[in-house]
Amino acid sequence: MILIKQVAIFLGLWLLGELISYYSHLPLSGSIIGMLLLVIGLELKLIKTKDVKDVANFLLNNMAMFFIPAGVGLMCHYRILKQEWLPISVAIILSAILVMTVVGLIMKKKS
Amino acid sequence: MKELMNSPLVHVCLTLAVFILSKKLQAKFKSPLLNPILITIMVVISFLLLTDISYEDYERNTQIISFWLAPSVIALGYALYSFLAEIKADFKKIIFSMLAGSITGVVSVFITAYLFGASKAIMISLAPKSVTTPIAIEVSSQMGGIPSLTVAFVIVVGVLGAIFGQTYLKLIGVNDPKSVGLSLGATAHALGTASISERGPDFSAFGGLGMALNGVLTAILAPWLIKLLLLILY
Repeated sequence: MILIKQVAIFLGLWLLGELISYYSHLPLSGSIIGMLLLVIGLELKLIKTKDVKDVANFLLNNMAMFFIPAGVGLMCHYRILKQEWLPISVAIILSAILVMTVVGLIMKKKS
Repeated sequence: MKELMNSPLVHVCLTLAVFILSKKLQAKFKSPLLNPILITIMVVISFLLLTDISYEDYERNTQIISFWLAPSVIALGYALYSFLAEIKADFKKIIFSMLAGSITGVVSVFITAYLFGASKAIMISLAPKSVTTPIAIEVSSQMGGIPSLTVAFVIVVGVLGAIFGQTYLKLIGVNDPKSVGLSLGATAHALGTASISERGPDFSAFGGLGMALNGVLTAILAPWLIKLLLLILY
């Protein structure tokens, strides 16, 4: 029963997020609005920590697994990956180095 | 037999079994190259090719797994909430570095890919590459990218960050838990965070914070940045 209540809270936030996303025309998906709603709800004590804790931890700990089906979809894009491997790999490596440098140096400089 | 091989039961069982086994394999050998997501994706693709089952069938059969993507994005709100005290204590600096990191990540990958002649769909799929996958998928599919390609890019960034991130940060003199955690979490999400967890709980806490903040900021900023960049470049 406890878990069902927790799951219901998550699905409710998702639904609420989808509705807000649909009517507000913001370029934010329902799940991301749901995430923001959860932070606000917890901070304003509208949602109790104990009512989301177990399912939240379950979802966070297993996050990796939920996107495997999307990852398998890679098999449909073999050709495009083979065609554009150069821009893809240069862009990924360069951008990763830039992000680490920017965040690392800003944090270091002021601390 | 053919029907059983193409059923939700077999596809979900296979996915879970391979994922659990590859997680054990990684725990045993501790190599970031043995990434469970990467291994599971490769094994499942081989299975589908061997049994001549289409991706559309597999996707439909495993909807019970992918359904939980959106709730897991919402669960990040809980992680973020549990870091609120830390964020408030150092608010300005953390937010500034995360804003700069998020914008740098999206803009630099987009422009580099453009300069090297990538197509529009590839550029959009690359844009959210530094954030945790559920958010990356959301951003990518919403802006006209290819979500499954985005997943691949996110994994590649994560593995690269986990292997080379710490060495690079040492090279530029970044060593304290806050800076290392936030920059690796923001660059290489969960995989980057996992790679520094051995250095102490403070490292992984700030890794998680970097991942969550960069995820939220990129989720909010990336759609606007992509729109702006497309407007400028095309």
